[in-house]
Amino acid sequence: MLRVKTPQKARARRELEKRAPKLIETGKKTLILHGMKTSAVLNAVLSDIYHLKKESAVKFSRRNKDVCPFENGGETSLEFFSHQTDCSLFVYGSHTKKRPDNLVIGRMYDHHIYDLIEVGVENFKRMDSFSYDKKLSPRVGSKPFICFIGDGFDNVEELKHLKEVLLDLLRGEVVEKLNLAGLDRVYLCTATSSKKVFLTQCALRLKKSGTVVPRTELVEVGPSMDLVVRRHRLPNDSLRKEAMRVVRDQPKKDKNIQQDTLRGKVGKINIPDQKVGDSFVPNKTKGVKRERREAKLKKEEKEGTEHASKRQKEDAE
Amino acid sequence: METETQFQVDLGNLMAVDLHHQFHSIPSSREELVKECIAKGTELVQAIANNLFNLPSTEDIEGPLVKLPPPTTRLPREKHIPKPKPPTKWELFAKAKGIKNRKKDKIAYDESSETWKRRYGYDRANDEDNVPIIEAKMTDVPGEDPFAKRQQDKKKRVEKQDKNRLQNLKQAAKVGALPSHVQLAATRLPITGTQAAPQKVTKDELGDVAGIAATATASGGKFDKKLPGEKPGKHKGKYRTVCFLPVIGGKGIHTQEQEQTDKILNKLISKNSHEMLNVNKAVNMYNVKKDKKRNNRPEKSSATSSQLKPRKNLQKKPYNKGSSKPFDKGSKKPFNKGSKRPFNKGSSNKGRGK
Repeated sequence: MLRVKTPQKARARRELEKRAPKLIETGKKTLILHGMKTSAVLNAVLSDIYHLKKESAVKFSRRNKDVCPFENGGETSLEFFSHQTDCSLFVYGSHTKKRPDNLVIGRMYDHHIYDLIEVGVENFKRMDSFSYDKKLSPRVGSKPFICFIGDGFDNVEELKHLKEVLLDLLRGEVVEKLNLAGLDRVYLCTATSSKKVFLTQCALRLKKSGTVVPRTELVEVGPSMDLVVRRHRLPNDSLRKEAMRVVRDQPKKDKNIQQDTLRGKVGKINIPDQKVGDSFVPNKTKGVKRERREAKLKKEEKEGTEHASKRQKEDAE
Repeated sequence: METETQFQVDLGNLMAVDLHHQFHSIPSSREELVKECIAKGTELVQAIANNLFNLPSTEDIEGPLVKLPPPTTRLPREKHIPKPKPPTKWELFAKAKGIKNRKKDKIAYDESSETWKRRYGYDRANDEDNVPIIEAKMTDVPGEDPFAKRQQDKKKRVEKQDKNRLQNLKQAAKVGALPSHVQLAATRLPITGTQAAPQKVTKDELGDVAGIAATATASGGKFDKKLPGEKPGKHKGKYRTVCFLPVIGGKGIHTQEQEQTDKILNKLISKNSHEMLNVNKAVNMYNVKKDKKRNNRPEKSSATSSQLKPRKNLQKKPYNKGSSKPFDKGSKKPFNKGSKRPFNKGSSNKGRGK
């Protein structure tokens, strides 16, 4: 026995609809959490990342014991949190002797782990420690410019993966219309070696130049850190194929329409074959029914034979 | 979009990649590195901006709005592509028959009140449920209430509709296209006739039951291996919270046990003893016990035996819960045993129960 359960309040219904899968996706939310032990550096890193993504991030403040992204069983907690908060990106920080200042950045597909990359943070400088003209500071939620410098991003597999993940993490919402006045931040990622990436945030200053295009100037503003790639896990091929599927909007083709100078716009109408048997004829007329037809035929035959027999009898007599 | 030979620009993401830059020599100091990166970054951003500002822009209040092209770098989706909902039974039928849905107005004209009322909801137009008079037809059965019949018919129609809705949702769930706000939950089969509400078992109840199950072994669950993280049971062996007091001891005249009994007796015999002890009830209980004893013995034939005297107050009096508390809170001795003491001159409890 099944019964239909729907939310009693309209607000709950709206929330559920927001979380439903959509054809075209705009922004991913990020979950920021940490494990049993963190260092001062790591705390600062996590809070800075949260500030960068204020509107589209959720930060957990308590320690989490069971989270081990790279192990088989340790993903269940993460998947549960992802489901609860509707986040498809997560940043998990932990500090151990073997892996100090460790960050695991991962993505989810359908609230199951899609891929992971583990980086160590070195030479971290907080947002507060930079001194600059406060008028230039980037506003929360503005769409950033992202720059990747270095051939390592093409040659080294880990760096390729890191580039994709960083792009996903930093890019924000996918918008169709952009206000050019609101562009004020740039993320720079430079591959300094085959394992290290230098990441920093700069404020953008647009200066007048002769043409429509302004001259750009960068001032280092935000957190800067060195990311050292430690381990990574790529998704399986089948999962990757499924996740990369693109919904194509079919362009409307104007079929059966022709333009003619003599006749003007001419359209062609194709009428399919009429299905006599399957059509929904509401009342089957009495004469059409097969039994009646057959009965009629039989009756006629009978009469015919009777007449014949009668005539025979008469003849006989 | 490749504008310059070095950079790859993805306008939809406002991203630029410079793949040809090589760090031939890692700069000596960190500041140098930072400077170099910023310089390179400026070039890249300039490249993006060149493309961006050349797009056709519309003037808005806040600034020039530009329509961005879709991003070229492919990134994985966050959720699966939603499956289209399969058509419902009615939709299939309507399509085959060619029935089109006509948009109806919210307001309709009500003939009985000759006003415009809403089509659905409270006080609706042409409402069939609230007619004052139903004309009798030749086909009507004499004993039947037509108003009740109408209500029952409506109920049946609604039930049928719910059933059809459930079937449609089940079909959708099979394909995987259940609407986001709907969940199909399994219900418990009702016990025939009764409307048993589904009981939610609380954590404490579960803990109690688990404890009972754990101690249901020959050794009371003492030697069983516990699962990791399982807490030891709450109710441990000792059920007697008050220990027996030592009989001998103490320098004073009274031992602890004597003191306890003295306390109780004083309370009973004191001025307020009628509040503590329900004398009538005690007498009744004593008499009833005596009767039982007598009945167990071989019966004597005479109905007018001297022992069988009519007794008063055979009804039980209400037990005064508020006042009858002769014992301290700590002790768990049942009340009736205490009341027996002043009357229990000869017979002891051992003599009962043959």
